[in-house]
Amino acid sequence: MTSDVLILGGGIVGAACARAFLKQGLKVTIIERELIGGGATAAGMGHIVVMDDSEAQFALTKRSRDLWDQLVPELPSSVEFERRGTLWVAADQQEFNAVSPKLSYYNSRHVSAQLLSAQTLYDAEPHLREGFAGGFLVPDDSVIYAPCAAAWLAQGANIIQADVKTIDDGKVTLAIGEQHKAANLIIASGHYVTQLFSTIPVKPRKGHLAITDRYPGQVRHQLIELGYLKSAHGDSTESVAFNVQPRKTGQLLIGSSRQFGADHSAVEPHMISKMLARAAQYLPNILNMSIIRTWTGFRAATTDKLPLVGRYRNADRTWLATGHEGLGITTAMATAELLTHLIAKTKAPIDPTPYLPERFPQCRT
Amino acid sequence: MRYDAIIIGAGPAGLAAARAAKHAGKQTLIIDDNHGPGGQIWRGRDGIELKGVDRRFSTQITDLNFSATQIILATGARELFLPFPGWTLPHVLGAGGLQAMAKQGLNVQGKSVVIAGSGPLLLAVASNLKKAGADITLIAEQAPWSSLLHFGSQLLRWPSKLTQALQLFNINYTPNLWPIEAKPGEVLMSNGKTYPCNYLACAFGLLPNLELARLANCKIENGFVKVNRHQQTSVQGIYAVGELTGIGGLEKAEAEGEAAGAGTATLGNHQDFVKLLTRTFKLRDELKQLAQPDTILCRCEDIPFSRTTQCSSMREAKLQTRCGMGPCQGRICGPILEQLYGWPSDSVRQPLYPVPLKSLIQS
Ligand SMILES: Cc1cc2nc3c(=O)[nH]c(=O)nc-3n(C[C@H](O)[C@H](O)[C@H](O)COP(=O)(O)OP(=O)(O)OC[C@H]3O[C@@H](n4cnc5c(N)ncnc54)[C@H](O)[C@@H]3O)c2cc1C
Ligand SMILES: Cc1cc2nc3c(=O)[nH]c(=O)nc-3n(C[C@H](O)[C@H](O)[C@H](O)COP(=O)(O)OP(=O)(O)OC[C@H]3O[C@@H](n4cnc5c(N)ncnc54)[C@H](O)[C@@H]3O)c2cc1C
Repeated sequence: MTSDVLILGGGIVGAACARAFLKQGLKVTIIERELIGGGATAAGMGHIVVMDDSEAQFALTKRSRDLWDQLVPELPSSVEFERRGTLWVAADQQEFNAVSPKLSYYNSRHVSAQLLSAQTLYDAEPHLREGFAGGFLVPDDSVIYAPCAAAWLAQGANIIQADVKTIDDGKVTLAIGEQHKAANLIIASGHYVTQLFSTIPVKPRKGHLAITDRYPGQVRHQLIELGYLKSAHGDSTESVAFNVQPRKTGQLLIGSSRQFGADHSAVEPHMISKMLARAAQYLPNILNMSIIRTWTGFRAATTDKLPLVGRYRNADRTWLATGHEGLGITTAMATAELLTHLIAKTKAPIDPTPYLPERFPQCRT
Repeated sequence: MRYDAIIIGAGPAGLAAARAAKHAGKQTLIIDDNHGPGGQIWRGRDGIELKGVDRRFSTQITDLNFSATQIILATGARELFLPFPGWTLPHVLGAGGLQAMAKQGLNVQGKSVVIAGSGPLLLAVASNLKKAGADITLIAEQAPWSSLLHFGSQLLRWPSKLTQALQLFNINYTPNLWPIEAKPGEVLMSNGKTYPCNYLACAFGLLPNLELARLANCKIENGFVKVNRHQQTSVQGIYAVGELTGIGGLEKAEAEGEAAGAGTATLGNHQDFVKLLTRTFKLRDELKQLAQPDTILCRCEDIPFSRTTQCSSMREAKLQTRCGMGPCQGRICGPILEQLYGWPSDSVRQPLYPVPLKSLIQS
C-alpha cells in the first residue's frame, strides 16, 4: 500500500498529524510499535493549557487550544473533554504581584483570564488551604483523556504495528526488514526519537503522577501553583510542583515531578513522596484520600522549551515533530497544522520560525 | 527485630508454615490483612494455635522490603467471576463472599440460595450455608457428568477427600447446568428453567493472589508460582505455599506450609490432585459467551462488554476503555478479560492495593 504521508509514532502528535493530512485528502500511514496513544501520551495529564514562558510558547499553546476547541462538537465521549479552566494559585504576596502583569499579557493577546482575590479564590476552590494570596484563572483551558483522543484523531489512517529500525534518506526500514516510503515522512516518535537519530537535541525528562479514588466535588478547576514555571522550566535535575486535576470520574490526578537523568521508568517512592507532600501543602484534604495508582512517563525536553517542528537537516521529505516536553497533548494540534503549511509551503496562522529544528546546529546539516 | 522466617498470609498454608518454622527453632513472624488468623476456610475461628510466633494482623503487605532469611508467601486465592447478564445485581454474590458474609453476621436463615459455578467449593459453601440456616434450592455444577464420574473414580487415590466429598454431597447437586441470566429475585439456568432465589452464589473457580510473588519477580508458570520440592521459588529466600502453587485445597496447603517452615521436601502427590481438579472443572466455552453487549465487565469503571470488543490486548482495553483502572486495579476484570479473550494479565506495580495517600509521604 502506498501513502502520501508516512508518520512514525502514534502518540498524540503523530495522531494529530494524521488527522491534519487526512483532512487534506491525503493517504496517511502511521507506523507504531506498540499502541496508538500508548507512549508519553498515555502517561500525561491531558491538560490543555495556555502557557506564557515565552512569546513562542504562548502562540503555540493558544493556537492549539483554539484548534482543540474547534473539535469539541465532534469529540466522542471517551475523550472526556471538560472545560475546567486553569486556576493558578498565588502562594504569597510576591507571587500575587505577578498576576496583574500576567493578566494584561493574556488580555492583550485575546485570551480571557481573571485575577482572583483571596476571597474569590476560596469561593472558587473552598478546599484550598487557608492563607493564599489569590489566584489567576484562565477559564477556557480544558482537560481531555489523551489516549482516546489519539485513537480518535488517528481514525482513517492506515496503521502498521511495527518497530522502525532505521530511517535513511526518507526510507523507513522496519525491524522485520520491510521497507516503506512516502512523499513525506514525519518523525513523531516523542522522546524515543534519539533511538533513531542520536544527535537530535531532545532529552527524556521523567515525570510521576498519582491518582486517587473517587472524591467528586472536592476540586473544580485544574489547580497549579504559580511557581510551576520555575519547576517546569528550571534546569534542576529534580523538582516537584503542585498540579492537581479533577477527572470526570471524581478522581484527582496529582502531579507533577520533573527529573533529568532518570533512565528507568520505575516509580520512585521519594519522588512520589515529595510530590504528594507538595500537593498536600495546597490541598490538605488529600491527606485523607487513597491513592489507587502511581506511574511515570517521559517528556521529550529541549533546551529552549520549544518543540522541534519542521524539516530535518535539509532533507526534502523528512520532517520532525517532537520535543513537546510537558505540553504535547496541548500543542499536538498546532504542530500538525504548522507541518501541513510547511510542507505545502503556505502561510501558517502562527509564525513557524521559533519551532524550526534548524535553530539547533545538529538539525541543520 | 530480625526474623528467620516471615510468613505472609495466615490461612492453612501460612499457619502450617509458621508452626513448622517455630518448631524448627526459627524466629518467626506471621502477617495477615484480616483481623485474625484462619484464611478463607477458618476465618473467625477461635483457638487457632500460634504459640511462640510473632503475629501482625490487619496488616496488608504491599511490598517486600523485609530482611529475613526466609520469606514464605502464603497469600492464598480469590474467586474468579464470570460476567453474564445480571451478574452485578445485588443478590448475585461470590459463593465464598456470601459464606464470609454469613460468618460475619449476615442472617441467611430461611433464605433461598442457588449456588452455581464449578468445583469442590460449591459443595463446601452449600454445607456451610445450610448450617447457617439457608435453604439451598439448587447447586449447579457446569462440568458434565462424564468429568465428574472420572473425578469420582480418581478420588479413590485420596481416601480422605473421597470421604469428605461423600459427607458434603447434597441432593440438589446438578451437573451440566450453569446460569444464563440473573434477574431480581431469580435466575435463568441453561436448562431453560427459572429458579427463584434470595441469593445467587457463584463460584467459577479460584485464582491465586500472585501480586506479591510478581512484585518479587518470582517465576510464574501457567498461572502459578513455580517452586521446587522445598517450595522455594525462583528467587533466593522466597518460598510459596498453598493456593499460590496450584489450587489444591486444604491438605496441599498444610503439607506445603509445613515443608517450607521446616525446611524439608513436601510429601504427597498434591500436584496430581491439582491437575485432576483443573481437568475436571475446566470451564466450558459456553460460559465465556454469556456476556451481552451491555453486560458490565469492569465494575469499578462501569465498562460494558461492547466497549472491549475492538481491543486486542489488556493494555489497549485499559487505555482505551479504562477497564481495570478503578480501585480494584483489574483484580476482578483482569481475569475476566483473560477468560473471554485469552489476554495475559498486565504486570503489577505499586501500590498493589489502594493506599492512604498519607502513607506515601515519607517523614
Ligand atoms: C507526567 C506527565 C504529565 C504530562 N501532562 C501533560 C499535560 O497535562 N498537558 C500536555 O499538553 N502535555 C502533558 N504531558 C506531555 C505529553 O504527554 C507529551 O508531550 C505528549 O504525549 C508527547 O506525544 P508524542 O506523540 O510526541 O509522544 P508519544 O506519546 O511518546 O508517542 C510516540 C510514539 O512513537 C512510538 N515509537 C517511538 N519510536 C518508534 C519506533 N522506532 N518504531 C515504531 N514506533 C515508535 C512510541 O511507541 C509512541 O507511541 C505530560 C507528560 C508527562 C510525562
Ligand atoms: C472465597 C473463598 C472461600 C473458600 N471457602 C472454602 C470452604 O468453605 N471450604 C474449603 O474447603 N475451602 C474453601 N476455600 C479454599 C481454601 O481457601 C483453600 O483450599 C486453602 O485452604 C487455601 O489455603 P491458603 O493458606 O493457601 O490460602 P488462604 O486461606 O486464602 O489464606 C491466605 C491469607 O493471606 C492473606 N493475604 C493475602 N494477600 C495478603 C497481603 N498482601 N498481605 C497480608 N495478607 C494477605 C489473605 O487475606 C488470607 O487470610 C475457599 C477459597 C476462597 C477464595
